[in-house]
Amino acid sequence: MSIFVDENTRVLYQGLTGSQGRFYGLRNKAYGTKVVAGTNPKKAGTDVEGIPIYGSVAEVVKETGATASCVFIPAPGVADAVIEAAEGGVKLIVVITEGVPAHDEARFYNKLRRDFPDVRLLGPNCPGLISPGKCNIGITAGEIAMGDGPVGIVSRSGTLTYQALYELTQQGIGQTTCVGIGGDPVPGTTFIDCLSAFEADPDTKAVMMFGEIGGSAEEEAAEFIATKMTKPVVAYIAGVTAPPGKKMGHAGAIVSGGKGTAEAKMEALREAGVKVGNNPTEASALMAEVVASL
Amino acid sequence: MDLYEYQGKQFFASFGIPVSPGGVATTVEEAVALVAGLEFPVVIKAQVQVGGRGKAGGIKLANNVDEVRTHASNILGMDIKGHIVEIVWIEKASDIAEEYYASFTLDRGAKQYLGMLSAEGGVEIEAVAADNPEAIARIHINPVDGLTDEACRAWVAAAKLNPIATEGVVEILQKLYRAYVEGDADLAEINPLILTPEGKVHALDAKVTLDANAAFRHEWAEYEATQVRDEREEAANAKGLQYVGLEGSVGIIANGAGLAMSTLDVVNQVGGSAANFLDIGGGANAEVMAGALEVINNDPRVKSIFINIFGGITRGDEVANGIVAALERVDIAAPIVIRLDGTNADEGRAILKTHESDRLISLPTMIAAAEKAVALAGGKSK
Repeated sequence: MSIFVDENTRVLYQGLTGSQGRFYGLRNKAYGTKVVAGTNPKKAGTDVEGIPIYGSVAEVVKETGATASCVFIPAPGVADAVIEAAEGGVKLIVVITEGVPAHDEARFYNKLRRDFPDVRLLGPNCPGLISPGKCNIGITAGEIAMGDGPVGIVSRSGTLTYQALYELTQQGIGQTTCVGIGGDPVPGTTFIDCLSAFEADPDTKAVMMFGEIGGSAEEEAAEFIATKMTKPVVAYIAGVTAPPGKKMGHAGAIVSGGKGTAEAKMEALREAGVKVGNNPTEASALMAEVVASL
Repeated sequence: MDLYEYQGKQFFASFGIPVSPGGVATTVEEAVALVAGLEFPVVIKAQVQVGGRGKAGGIKLANNVDEVRTHASNILGMDIKGHIVEIVWIEKASDIAEEYYASFTLDRGAKQYLGMLSAEGGVEIEAVAADNPEAIARIHINPVDGLTDEACRAWVAAAKLNPIATEGVVEILQKLYRAYVEGDADLAEINPLILTPEGKVHALDAKVTLDANAAFRHEWAEYEATQVRDEREEAANAKGLQYVGLEGSVGIIANGAGLAMSTLDVVNQVGGSAANFLDIGGGANAEVMAGALEVINNDPRVKSIFINIFGGITRGDEVANGIVAALERVDIAAPIVIRLDGTNADEGRAILKTHESDRLISLPTMIAAAEKAVALAGGKSK
């Protein structure tokens, strides 16, 4: 089993005709993802190496039965693309694009929650998600992942998501699903959404969580883990040495007014019974111990 | 992007929020010319992006042209916590009956907008929140609904302001909300929002942070031009890189903010210290990598360079080509340790292989590469 996606997920790409969309759309297809179509109103009727291009998401859903959309549209067009995807009928929208205005994120997140409560949004500014051997949506390098569980991964940072996958695979530990939730101010899917789905997934036996400084998402996750989770969780938090008041790339990654420090997050997680590593390699070693004791 | 007070006031005024009449001056002569159009007394306020300017002597009242000349010449050039005052804002002094606080920002946990209003303005809102949290009336606003008149009135009532201020405050909050949303602000704050003895309400200060991601739909060139930057950060930003200058000796280049932060942490854990945070971002190509190496190379603190790349949207072969191109273009002073994995990592390593030496070392793990980079920078710093 896996969460959010599986071998039956049929994916369309909004922005398949752009350079990034094309590169990763084709990579996802080569990985084995059921890539059914792309959209571009100006190029409807053409194709990208055999993948048909349609004018709208609604048409794709009607013609191909697509269930998920991966958005590679440039930031100014993301808000419209997300709403088009939801109205078009897909159930999962994965937004890879970075640099989306925070107010756009706040608006489309709340619009989806109200008008399309059964649609899951992942991102923006996320690497996507992969269920090894079944479905890879986004920019994760599929070859570093390994299927057949028992570990579920959730991470706020793109490259740290790959790091987590890579470290586990190196140790021969397979993954059920690896979800990169992104580091933006209004992430469509949160740590808690993923932890809750992993808790419910019978094949996931343990969860690896990679967080970073800023905000309070890790503290909220710790609360959830303490009260709602039975499966073991191993965590790593990036940014122990980040100076306060400096934005570390991600809009969310800033320590301000003494809040959102790595230490506070690690402490909250430890109190919730989570094993916390000081770097990605140490976290993976801790996970190896957990898996060995399962 | 943080605005200066005078820019924040211009920003507010463009949304119809009442502010005091005034203008900016960068010299004493300009200050004197400016007050010819204002009524005395006037307030001369240092424009710096740091708190505590009043205590530092950066805000003065002037009753005549001579006092304007004296205060402007004292304040211009003043050093306030390391910020040199280059601009003063001069406005007509206001009579104050009461001071309130009003702001809009995003509540990340609730994923909705948060409005805060308090009858206890003029002081640090963090102090009010800590000592007397009931004094702050909060409202959560769903961005889809916006701030309705009904909700706004209930919110103002909950703040228990002087009843004569109600209409004026409701009107300003609606305008402030528009400025926050339509203006693409991360923070729109008025502290103090004042009630005058005549019963008028207006913004006496302006604290505005704009969302740089929304710059494409605004005319913000003037705001961008006045942003204060560290020289290293400026050079990096010009190349489209996310850079934060630090004090250590290991120059860091990584892709992705999380990995870059993690790289800093790992360098620290093996006993070294980073000279910088540098995220080359997603989709970084040869040009971007070469630019990043040039930025690091210009930093005299750097004794070794640690390039930590995990290929997702950044492809390993492009990274390797970038390093090779940079080595051909500039004479890199410090030795480079690189750890490359992920998308097209094999192709990338193959490209690097032909250029490897004691000045360019490729190692398979993050920890091993960090240890090598720290050793090359002169060993453990502590």
